[in-house]
Amino acid sequence: MRQYWWKILSIVLLIYTFIAGFLVPLPYETAYLNSNLYESMRNFFFHVPMWFAQLGLITISLVYSIMYLRKPNPTYDIYATEFARTGTVFGVLGLITGAIWANYTWGAAWSNDPKQIGAAIALLIYVAYFVLRNSMPDLDKRARVAGVYNIFAYFIYIPMILILPRLTESLHPGGQGSEGNPGMGGNSLDAKLRLVFWPAVLGWLLLGAWITTLRLRVRIIEEKKHSV
Amino acid sequence: MKQLIVTLIVLFVQLLAKAQDSANHVAPTPTGLAAGNKIYVVMAVAITILVGLFLYVIRLDRKISMIEKQSS
Repeated sequence: MRQYWWKILSIVLLIYTFIAGFLVPLPYETAYLNSNLYESMRNFFFHVPMWFAQLGLITISLVYSIMYLRKPNPTYDIYATEFARTGTVFGVLGLITGAIWANYTWGAAWSNDPKQIGAAIALLIYVAYFVLRNSMPDLDKRARVAGVYNIFAYFIYIPMILILPRLTESLHPGGQGSEGNPGMGGNSLDAKLRLVFWPAVLGWLLLGAWITTLRLRVRIIEEKKHSV
Repeated sequence: MKQLIVTLIVLFVQLLAKAQDSANHVAPTPTGLAAGNKIYVVMAVAITILVGLFLYVIRLDRKISMIEKQSS
């Protein structure tokens, strides 16, 4: 194992958030008086970091796609694909955990909330990225088209998940009008909750990067074998 | 009559004492992992899953490192 300090950091951060996430006292008003969240508010430390980690991973993927289009090095293309793949896995986990949480606080697993729909569309756009990439046998063309599509996918993902849900009524925090969980935006987290939330984001992001590097190393070994 | 009243009072005190007794023997307050409506059992399960996944990823990492050494 080459540089492995950040892998240990990821393990330490995640174990910390799993312990602190259950033990930290919740703000009584937000969890019990102003909403029906109760103890399920702790999902904030587990469901939301999925999306933050996904956003981080696909941003890395975007950077590698741009780098490939500037300088066509096939390794960049593989990096972009694998980071997008791990990001999509995190996105699917975020969608599932969100549905479980919604079932018990909003009354239904899927209530056609703008953010739910946006996230689902964004994920489908990324699934299309893999389909598109695998549909072309020519390596050069494949990498170029996939790179261009990846940039498009990223910049449709951002409005889908971050901007459009804030422009209409939404059950998610940050929407206009009546909200599903009032006062449960990022700014309702007090200092103690932030101390659990941000380490969780970093921990999941590092774990995602770790899993991606494992896949990358396997891919590189495979390429070597094919070229020999 | 006096004796009867005294007897009744003593019996009543005895009843009170019994009531006290049963009140002291309600279910003990849960401690450890069973405290807090057993939410910490969920914590233990979640951490076990997390540690298991970490062990799996570490083993995978080691294995890939070994293959890398062999192929280079």
